[in-house]
Amino acid sequence: MAKLKVALFDFACCEGCQLQIYNMEEEILDLLTLIHPVEWREAMSDQSEEYDVAIIEGSITRREDEKQLKEIREKAKTLIALGACATIGGVNKIKNNFEMDDVKAYVYGDDARRPHLNTYPTKAVGEIVKVDYNVHGCPINAEEFATIVRCLAMGKEPKIPNYPVCVECKMKENVCRFEYGEICLGPITRAGCGAKCPSSGMWCFGCRGFVDNPNVNAAKDVMEQYGKTIEDLQSKIVLFGTEQEK
Amino acid sequence: MANKVDISVHHVTRVEGHGNIRLRASDGKVEHVQWQVPEAPRFFEAMVRERSFEDIQTIVSRICGICSVTHSMAAIKGIEDAMDIKVSEQTDKLRILCHYGEQMESHILHVGYLVAPDLLGQKSVIPLVESHPDVVKTIIRLHRLGNTWMEIIGGRMTHPVTLKPGGFTVLPSEEKLRELKAMIEKAVPDLKTLAEVVLSLADKLPAFDRDTEYIALSGPDYYTFYHGDIASTDTDEKVPVQEFERVANEYVVPQSTAKWTKWHRDSYAVGALARFNLNAELLMPLAAQTAKKFGLTKGACNPYLNNVAQIVECVQVVEHGLELLDKLLTAGIKPEPVKVEPKAGEGVGSVEAPRGILFHRYAFDKKGFCTKANICIPTGQNHGNIQKDFEALAPQIIDRDQDEIRLMLEMLVRSYDPCISCSTHYLNVEFV
Repeated sequence: MAKLKVALFDFACCEGCQLQIYNMEEEILDLLTLIHPVEWREAMSDQSEEYDVAIIEGSITRREDEKQLKEIREKAKTLIALGACATIGGVNKIKNNFEMDDVKAYVYGDDARRPHLNTYPTKAVGEIVKVDYNVHGCPINAEEFATIVRCLAMGKEPKIPNYPVCVECKMKENVCRFEYGEICLGPITRAGCGAKCPSSGMWCFGCRGFVDNPNVNAAKDVMEQYGKTIEDLQSKIVLFGTEQEK
Repeated sequence: MANKVDISVHHVTRVEGHGNIRLRASDGKVEHVQWQVPEAPRFFEAMVRERSFEDIQTIVSRICGICSVTHSMAAIKGIEDAMDIKVSEQTDKLRILCHYGEQMESHILHVGYLVAPDLLGQKSVIPLVESHPDVVKTIIRLHRLGNTWMEIIGGRMTHPVTLKPGGFTVLPSEEKLRELKAMIEKAVPDLKTLAEVVLSLADKLPAFDRDTEYIALSGPDYYTFYHGDIASTDTDEKVPVQEFERVANEYVVPQSTAKWTKWHRDSYAVGALARFNLNAELLMPLAAQTAKKFGLTKGACNPYLNNVAQIVECVQVVEHGLELLDKLLTAGIKPEPVKVEPKAGEGVGSVEAPRGILFHRYAFDKKGFCTKANICIPTGQNHGNIQKDFEALAPQIIDRDQDEIRLMLEMLVRSYDPCISCSTHYLNVEFV
């Protein structure tokens, strides 16, 4: 079996998702029996124009990055969006709640008017090109990433959970965060993280994006039951879910 | 000897984030040498406005995947300073311990995965799997230790979950801390092996000294990454972190427009070598002994030796980490529920990222919503110093082969362990 040629490209992000690939430690050596990395700037000095799979990390915030992304899409047979910045825009989309001129002026002061500060409202990868697979999360779950890559190498279709984080949270026997008077996005967020945050004493931030058909009515009921408002809910959604369909 | 030298490295590899190198020379004379940063700016300071104090560390942690614990802690310390929140001794110790996990993970990632290929003449760590399997496995084991260390205390390897203003959401169990202690003890021989490997390759680090101002946290009585005031090798004055703006003096350079920093000179350096130069006498015995083996002494001003200082610090965090674990386990972990009532105020948090001193400033309204933020990151502070190093180094090596010059400039950038995604203050510039 010929190894899949894989290239990784990073745009606006913290690069913490590709760090999860390093963090697989010995398991990377197993993956290397299936794939051949041909370009990965943070790890390798090699570069390549030919690849089967392009992995895109980060959001798109500039015209020149949009152009590069389109060129990558044309070359790649399969395109994977890696992590929340790529799949849903992630924290980078908080910016979109403000006017771009205001955002630039706030950070760069008098220099904000310089033409090279050509930022535009953050876009997820799928808003620009077709994405074949999403690896959700901030950061990604490395096991899920490895499973998707293995499936691709073996010509199988990976299964991505399409049920809410609450399912995994219940299996961990956690006390519901609403019982602590907190607002948790577990009821509407796609599972697959193993309910990492609620299991560590935090509410769910919704970094994996909404499930395909979030049960909005049930979520409203939960909010009502605990005396919370939809505005309360939205103030939490904004962290990772700005501009996701409500 | 080449008559003309023309080097253009677009997006230096094996560094976090995006940077370019330009060098033009003819007849042995350097005409133009520049370190450029085209990273997409991400505007975190603007984004945290209007967000609740309880969400700030979650957002700013995402400034950097490699130093997410550092950013979380700087934010939390800033919030605590703004709202007069005092934390317990147990919280203090656990935070320092968690932060050590990140120092370990980041330094090993840098020295092992990003720098070692240069020392062994390869383009990445992947060929080393075949050629140096034992070295790679040692690096992997140490890297995993750093990660597990952070995970046990912070709840996750990257982007910690349990750290919050006032303390922790959940505390690590004593059983988990005992496991961690055993893991760290077991790693000491691996660390010695890695130090020996790097020592055997130390002659591959270019000899290049340039007298430099170094800045780091210092005090009170240990080799600090977390407490203390701002110290410089140029002065005996110690500046409280609340006054960091008068140390950083951020400014825009006419020919490049990226914000640089300077204090007593045109530029200064931060990071492992800066911490060593300011606090070396406070190293614990094994760490001091490691420095001695490398011949690293206070006053070192070869930027490539930052990699050696990182190895010394790995030993330091292991030694001091074990001491902290002993103290925590002897006292026993006590439950400390955290309840913070927000109030209006302004505050600063500063901690040492693996790559240098970091400052966060925030202001909050009386309900705890953020009204102002300013973040000054280590790589931003090193940017000007990398440029000054380039200007001093390039004429010294300009007669060499073009590929060798390029490698030396790339290695110089890598030695600073830059973290360019922490791009809050970086402008996006199309250079000459």
